[in-house]
Amino acid sequence: MTDRWFDEAAGPVVRPYAMTRGRTRSGAKDAQLDLIALVIAEKAGEPEPDGATGSGLLPEEEDKLLADHSLVPEHLDIVALCRSAPLSVAEVAAELDLPVGVVRVLIGDLVEAELVRVTRPVPPAELPDESILREVINGLRAL
Amino acid sequence: MVFGRSKRGGTTAPAEPVTLKILVAGGFGVGKTTLVGSVSEIKPLRTEELLTEASLPVDSLKGVEAKSTTTVAMDFGRITINDGLVLYLFGTPGQDRFWFLWDELATGALGAVVLADTRRLENSFAAIDYFERRGIPFTVAVNCFDDAERYPAETIREALDLDGAIPVMLCDARVRESARDVLISVVEHAMRNAARAPADM
Repeated sequence: MTDRWFDEAAGPVVRPYAMTRGRTRSGAKDAQLDLIALVIAEKAGEPEPDGATGSGLLPEEEDKLLADHSLVPEHLDIVALCRSAPLSVAEVAAELDLPVGVVRVLIGDLVEAELVRVTRPVPPAELPDESILREVINGLRAL
Repeated sequence: MVFGRSKRGGTTAPAEPVTLKILVAGGFGVGKTTLVGSVSEIKPLRTEELLTEASLPVDSLKGVEAKSTTTVAMDFGRITINDGLVLYLFGTPGQDRFWFLWDELATGALGAVVLADTRRLENSFAAIDYFERRGIPFTVAVNCFDDAERYPAETIREALDLDGAIPVMLCDARVRESARDVLISVVEHAMRNAARAPADM
């Protein structure tokens, strides 16, 4: 029996969380990231140093981060994605084709490593700010 | 006097846009992803979340200890209102009975659209119940399929036993202007709710 349960035969349940080393929650404090929280690369807008990769880091910096196993390549993919423009957590998950839960943990790591920061969407209790809602209505009318 | 939001670290950081979300719910095949796609500036993207079965209301299979998961998928689109304001639309794929367990999706939502089909009105009951119970403002939009009989909005309101304040409208989810008007209705409804609700609620 056991010979059938290798690799993908074992089912897709665990694999996505392998890259978070099994963590389903981020270690970062207060990291229950909303789907529409924006992820902003800390180095966004800065010119890339010569020879930098998409993440804005030098290859040797990337190697160092990957070498101590604190980060996996997907971490750097997220930094690279968010460098040109802030992306929501949902967009990052869709772009990387990973479950939202996995992406949240990875983003939490990046926040701790100070490679990205994350916006806090307006909490629902504070949401009905009339000027913002008016802006939305006017924006939609202009579509 | 108006104070701007202070920013951590650095004075040159660009302003962070405010993000808002509207949910699009309803039964299977009612046109949720179509509606999202017709107003979104991007081709609808798909995002998934794994929910463990521990949270699902299914019969337990005694003796089966293996924990498995159900994937809940959302198609979503984006409308950039301006540099400082982005609206996300999340559609819930209707074949998934468990989307409502993804409670965090509804948390912080500005409002919701419940898409309905007059041939299968009962398929929208679950979504209506869900948003009513959570006090999330919603508009019921009847997607007028070519081969479905048309009913006046008031007849549909009665059939769904909706509160008089809840907007009910007819729409064509394929048409950008029509989908846009549904979204405007949701935001206007949210605004009226906000004006009515006392601030300490």
